[in-house]
Amino acid sequence: MATHLSAADTRPRHKRVLPGLSLSLGTSLLFISLILLLPMTGLVMQSVDMGWDRYWQVISDERVVASYKVTLWAALLASIFNGFFGLLLAWVLVRYDFPGRRILDALVDLPFALPTAVAGITLATLYAQNGWYGQILESIGIKVAYTPWGIVLAMAFTSIPFVVRTVQPVLEELSPEEEEAGMTLGASDWSVFRRVIFPALWPALMTGIALSFTRSLGEFGAVIFIAGNMPYVSEITSLMIFVSLQEFDFPAASAIASVVLMASLILLFAINIWQARYLRRLHGRS
Amino acid sequence: MSILIENISKTFGHFQALSPLSLDINEGEMIGLLGPSGSGKTTLLRIIAGLEGADTGRIQFGDRDVTNLHVRDRRVGFVFQNYALFRHMTVADNVAFGLEVLPRKERPSATEIKKRVMHLLDMVQLSHLANRFPSQLSGGQKQRIALARALATQPEVLLLDEPFGALDAKVRKELRRWLRGLHDELGFTSVFVTHDQEEALELSDRVVVMSNGNIEQIDQPGALYASPNSRFVFDFLGNANVFEGNVENGKWHNQQANIVLPAGLEEKGAGEKDGQLYIRSHEFFVSKEPTAQANLPLRVIAINPIGAEVRLELTPIDWQSNDVWEIDLPHKAFDKNCFEKGQTLYVTPKAGYFFAHDATQPVLLNWETEKAVAATTA
Repeated sequence: MATHLSAADTRPRHKRVLPGLSLSLGTSLLFISLILLLPMTGLVMQSVDMGWDRYWQVISDERVVASYKVTLWAALLASIFNGFFGLLLAWVLVRYDFPGRRILDALVDLPFALPTAVAGITLATLYAQNGWYGQILESIGIKVAYTPWGIVLAMAFTSIPFVVRTVQPVLEELSPEEEEAGMTLGASDWSVFRRVIFPALWPALMTGIALSFTRSLGEFGAVIFIAGNMPYVSEITSLMIFVSLQEFDFPAASAIASVVLMASLILLFAINIWQARYLRRLHGRS
Repeated sequence: MSILIENISKTFGHFQALSPLSLDINEGEMIGLLGPSGSGKTTLLRIIAGLEGADTGRIQFGDRDVTNLHVRDRRVGFVFQNYALFRHMTVADNVAFGLEVLPRKERPSATEIKKRVMHLLDMVQLSHLANRFPSQLSGGQKQRIALARALATQPEVLLLDEPFGALDAKVRKELRRWLRGLHDELGFTSVFVTHDQEEALELSDRVVVMSNGNIEQIDQPGALYASPNSRFVFDFLGNANVFEGNVENGKWHNQQANIVLPAGLEEKGAGEKDGQLYIRSHEFFVSKEPTAQANLPLRVIAINPIGAEVRLELTPIDWQSNDVWEIDLPHKAFDKNCFEKGQTLYVTPKAGYFFAHDATQPVLLNWETEKAVAATTA
């Protein structure tokens, strides 16, 4: 240990040990710019061309505003429904071992794999007045296909995997000791779930619901086949964009699209910030 | 509260985790379950708590049969190895948990709960951390909070699973002393699991040594150390060197090494048999030449000065031993001889335990080493 360390032997302190930062970060940024930022800039440019007055006129058009309302309400209901059902599904998949568990696990991803139009047509057929489910629901006076409820159904169907797949890993990682500790302290099963398990799942569940919500805001293929698309009643915002495009009114289409984009971005950022704060508390300051 | 364990057994699949075993624990006693990993000690503790169900047998707390009682109704305090604090709750909320989940009729008022929590935090000397989250605490602090949480509901039985396993030596010692004090003050019955023999001997009123799902020996620490009743307990309590010897001409031989049989072996019922000698690390006389009583040449491979003694690690020269030998010398004896690494030295046992090959119980041996040494040097 008597050998003297020359300056050349010591590593400079600021040098990172993990190699490849500039290469990997550079590639990622380039990719994000090409497939995300550039098209988004194009979108904004198109709507800038039309001027503020025209922009405001397009996005505050009565029919478009009605579509915002329908879309928001339907997406909200769909994501809340998914919050409950997705949590249940994740719980069943993680906590219990039963025949067919792996098949069920694989089926969860089906909405991602299926072309959304196929899902829309299938749902429309099933829930139509003469479809399998439609007939039964019709007899008790509930109409799903070609009403706003159809929109909720289609949105819930296409975005359920978001909730299941965000909650599942967290549930798997949960230490059984904390639950056991709760039980040795005399807590009922419900108390243990409410006070011990749920707070640990909460951030993941919120993220899943938010993802499900933003996905629903933009859903098109599955919804238009079952929505009925009646102006002011069951038209979604994506359809309004589509209609504008068909009229070759590209600036109007971009204007409406920019509204959806803003809404999604704000929501995702908000969730990210909230989650970071919540997790910091759980894992200590870092 | 006393705990009665009767014929408890448990299998996991084909693995027999616990063979039927029984254990009586007196009220206010502190029991250490000591054994290597896989010996079933944690399983036994979890069965007492009700976190695991036994396949057979009965458990009784005082007069209360709790065999089929759910863990939440057994009213035991349980401290987990990795603390298992609720990460999303503050320290105060963690401690309050057991009181908050009581049925409404039994639950104290909010102010009363607050008072009790502060009292408990005072008791573990951490009241200044009440509003911190577990991730902001050190290991020792977490363990104390876990203890405070377990004691909040005033259980009469406290169970601890390797309570100090993840802590560094100094904190461990401090917490051990503190837990012992708390136990004596509050008078609960406690059972703890450990694989650290020092911890078990220091903390327990009685130690239960376990291996392979069986209880090997139950004794007070002093008695356990003085008379281990099996090879396993001997091996596990440690600090013993093993000499495998075959009798020939009144000596135990192992290749070039030999030890003279002590006088009076016949009366102890051992006779001249082949077997293993277990000699504790401090029961040796060390010299630079063989003595009339023993010829055990060893080479020094390491010298560790620890505390009041110097520990020498040695390997046999021209004879067989499965393990490295360890010998503890007082500093005075070490300084006199000035041993160095690589040097050859000879050891002479003063006392030991002999297991004949066909015996399960040991025979205590005592040599008149002083005389033999004096005769050699004269």
